[in-house]
Amino acid sequence: MAYPTNFRYTKQHEWTDVKGDVATIGITDYAQHELGDVVFAELPKVGAKVEAGKSFGTVESVKAVSEIYSPVTGEVIEANGDLQNTPETINSDPHGAAWLVKVKLANPAELKDLMDATAYEAFIADAEKKKEASA
Amino acid sequence: MSHKIKKATRHTNQNEGLIFEKSSPGKRAFELPPLDVPAADPAKALGPNHRGEGVKDFPEVSEIEVIRHFTRLSTWNYAIDLGMYPLGSCTMKYNPRVNEFVARLDGIATEHPLQPQELSQGCLKILKLLENCLLEITGMEAITLQPAAGAQGELTGLLLIRAYLEKQGNPRKKVLVPDSAHGTNPATAVIAGYDVENIKSESHGQIDVDKLRELVTEDVAALMITNPSTLGIFEERIPEIAEILHAKGALLYMDGANMNALAGIARPGDLGVDVMHLNLHKTFSTPHGGGGPGAGPVAMKKILEPFRPTPILVEKTGHLALEHVRPQSIGKVKAFSGNFGVLVRALAYILAYGPGIRQATEDAVLNANYIRKHLEGTFDLPYSLPSMHEVVFSDALQKRNGVNTMDIAKRLIDYGFHPYTTAFPLIVPGALMIEPTESESKEECDLFIDAMKSIAHEAATDANLVKTAPHTTRVRRLDEVGAARNPILRWDPSRPDKTTVQKKADVAEARHREPAQVTPTA
Amino acid sequence: MRYLPKSPAERQEMLAAIGAKSIDELFASIPERFRLKQALKLPGPFSEAEVIQYFKERAAVNAFGYTSFLGAGVYNHLRSVVTDAIIQRGEFLTSYTPYQAEITQGTLQAIFEFQTLMCQLTGQQVANASMWDGSTATTEAVLMAERITGRTRVLVARTLHPEYRDVLTTYAKNSGLHVEEIAYGSDGTLDQNILKSMLKDDVGAVVVQSPNFFGGIEPIAALVDVVHASGALLVTSITEGVSLGLVKPPAEADIVAMEGQSFGLAPSYGGPFVGVLASRDKFVRQMPGRLTGQTIDTDGRRGFVLTLATREQHIRREKATSNICTNQALCALAATVHLTLLGKEGLREMAHQNLSKAQFALDLLTKIPGVKRTFTAPFFNEFTIELPRSARMVNHELLKEKIVGPLPLGPSYPELTKHALVCVTETTTRDDIERLAKGIARALEQPVQ
Repeated sequence: MAYPTNFRYTKQHEWTDVKGDVATIGITDYAQHELGDVVFAELPKVGAKVEAGKSFGTVESVKAVSEIYSPVTGEVIEANGDLQNTPETINSDPHGAAWLVKVKLANPAELKDLMDATAYEAFIADAEKKKEASA
Repeated sequence: MSHKIKKATRHTNQNEGLIFEKSSPGKRAFELPPLDVPAADPAKALGPNHRGEGVKDFPEVSEIEVIRHFTRLSTWNYAIDLGMYPLGSCTMKYNPRVNEFVARLDGIATEHPLQPQELSQGCLKILKLLENCLLEITGMEAITLQPAAGAQGELTGLLLIRAYLEKQGNPRKKVLVPDSAHGTNPATAVIAGYDVENIKSESHGQIDVDKLRELVTEDVAALMITNPSTLGIFEERIPEIAEILHAKGALLYMDGANMNALAGIARPGDLGVDVMHLNLHKTFSTPHGGGGPGAGPVAMKKILEPFRPTPILVEKTGHLALEHVRPQSIGKVKAFSGNFGVLVRALAYILAYGPGIRQATEDAVLNANYIRKHLEGTFDLPYSLPSMHEVVFSDALQKRNGVNTMDIAKRLIDYGFHPYTTAFPLIVPGALMIEPTESESKEECDLFIDAMKSIAHEAATDANLVKTAPHTTRVRRLDEVGAARNPILRWDPSRPDKTTVQKKADVAEARHREPAQVTPTA
Repeated sequence: MRYLPKSPAERQEMLAAIGAKSIDELFASIPERFRLKQALKLPGPFSEAEVIQYFKERAAVNAFGYTSFLGAGVYNHLRSVVTDAIIQRGEFLTSYTPYQAEITQGTLQAIFEFQTLMCQLTGQQVANASMWDGSTATTEAVLMAERITGRTRVLVARTLHPEYRDVLTTYAKNSGLHVEEIAYGSDGTLDQNILKSMLKDDVGAVVVQSPNFFGGIEPIAALVDVVHASGALLVTSITEGVSLGLVKPPAEADIVAMEGQSFGLAPSYGGPFVGVLASRDKFVRQMPGRLTGQTIDTDGRRGFVLTLATREQHIRREKATSNICTNQALCALAATVHLTLLGKEGLREMAHQNLSKAQFALDLLTKIPGVKRTFTAPFFNEFTIELPRSARMVNHELLKEKIVGPLPLGPSYPELTKHALVCVTETTTRDDIERLAKGIARALEQPVQ
């Protein structure tokens, strides 16, 4: 899957799409693939404060739980309620319909610390190489 | 099915629905003797608390239906009585039947925990002897038999450590847990009020002693070690590890799940361990029963003795007593005094062996090494230090053909075995953790080795056969994803059951799945 | 040794295959100085007959043969021999935890039935596959309420079993929970006015036992509104499950923690028993312990699997809802078999016999001069009486008649030193009760020592 060039990415495999002072956040295709079939997502409530680099929720498969780390600092203004009934969307459309939360940015300058699509693609290619080497 | 697979044969057992689906009003399976006092009026006696009618949807069946129902269900289970469980760290050994017999004796099964102590001397003597035997086996100085399971033993052990350190002035903040540890270790540390700091194992899968030296500060309360490690390898530097901790006022906790490699050969108390738990349902043969009950006694050095959970068993002139008042005790961890019925079974096991318990340990280590020798080369061995009672391979070689440890484990079922442990240790990706125990004969070990070799061959030549296993069970791979997305956790008559209708014998079904392709090598 | 399936020749063969000259070589990784040179000093080895003889001798000096009026969390009830016939089957007894679902459908379906029965009994929506016992189930229920509400203050009825309160205290100390006691009123149930005054918006759980330790039935439905109004959860603890045959279940409670020993498990000097944890569907992800769920296989047939395992220690490790791994599976199976044998009518009839015999006992005992009923709350099969002198002294006399008398309450309730808890079940005969009454009357006639 191609990684949208207008998104920014973290080393923990979250993406963020910023419009004005609102950041939409989700997990990447790589992350959902690693996790396997998603059965549940635990998301923060509207009004919750999130901090860059800190966990704000989890995504679960049958056998594993992944923390979701926020790329940005701010306040949650919307959480994706559809995911409660259809968590499998995270597998089928991780960059679109499976957005997790929308956050009002407290510090837009943080965005410069995130990777762009090219850097992220290189990052995961490198991770894959390391995995093969140790197998 | 090919008769070349000696042990395995197709399941030919019957289908059976839920007990609620067999229910019909008016059927009874149990009758009581007639009431010999005036009948009370429940509405009058209980007032608004009266439950107007019987429990809604409670089953109504006859005695023979109960017997058939559960007997049929039982035939769907694998069990130690049927064959080997090579499950690493579970120590699935034979559950001696005399243990079941003595636990059910009148005067043992019938005793009430709150009855007068002068009428419980038999029970107290049993507890005292078991305490003494376990102290002798572990080389420790004091013990509590109260915890209900290994995890509760771990918690008790950590609470003892906390109480001891508190008395010294500072309970401290962290517990160190190796990344190879069983999941109960970090989960327990958190419940005991400690932060968990993970310590990475070194290249041989052992505790990294240099890293440990760095990490042990006066903020560290304890290190939780498993010995032998979850890789089945003895932690040779354990005395040094103990010294590093003791020098900074911290303690060494040992998870005793792997005692089956040590009983009668070496004693944790001699190695510098301060406190440890035992799993009676592992090393000491009490039955797993589908997931419990167990017992997790905690043995300790004298420094921790004053903090033991109450009641404490004491010897007075001419009799034994349980004392409930102990000012420094951490309190009770469970009502009454432990899973007594499980303790009885463990003592029966120890009495049967006596000092000869060493032989069991030797046979356990012999079996594991025999299997290791025969499967080395067929499967990748990530850590090559000598194995004790269990050996850990990885699926690295089979992965080249897309076959992983889960697949191999499921295919092992077709050969008549229960899978080995796949879920941990986490430091070995794709682990095959194998512990045969001393209960396996040479014949059973050979059958296991043959099966594993055959599967390795299949992984190389017919990967799909392995990846779609098991082929011979009455249900195929079950949809765990669906079960987690839409949990159905109880029978509900208002919910229509869309699953396929269960026929009494799926003979046609079975013939359709006659696996002509299931042929082992040699 | 009869448990070891090897001949000396086979051991030699296997050593040769490994390339080791002796078994000692296989222990070389243990430093020499730690390897035991002598055998452990243990009794035995015993033949099967000697093992049995040892335990028979211990059994002979216990209380078998005495008539007991003890309850207080452990109850004597009729148990069918069919239960043992089932749980002694090797496929149940010696089977492992059902992580490999294809070859453990027997255990898994039985657990699913257990979970269902527990929901039916308690009026809740979901029940887990068992906890260790009622005391730890109650504690886990409180920890669960803390996770759900985020609050650390816990109010506990003084009428909750003293040992259950002790266990909760031990766990609470290390979890940052603050536990306070709610006094009881003159009728022997929780004092609702005191509860109201203690409830603020910092309480996570209110714990009430019903029937309570004194035997009284607490008005759960009346409590729930006032508890919820403050944002707290109501945890109900049940030690005598047979009561649910006649007493309304605590369906309004948020979490129910029950001891299942009354359902076919022998008293066995305190264990193993079986804890039950039941709650609402919406709280299921905060529930500790194993859960079995229904699903389908690749051919569409119904089957069962352990599910929602991401709550548990083997996946979540330090973030798990509990550290529990081994539970009480075989005991849960015994309870399942027992309850299906009793069935709807059998459970009701058993409960009715308990109620009737307890009423009869109360009437007879309160006719003895000086013996009074302590509390007015309705009761099931246990009630509290006041004696004109120390209950321990009376019991001392009763022992001479091979009667284990009612439990003196003084040790756990210093304000009730002359009071005792009487338990009567369907196993207590009319004759037993009459003997108890005569025995107490005789004991009270003795001159005070």
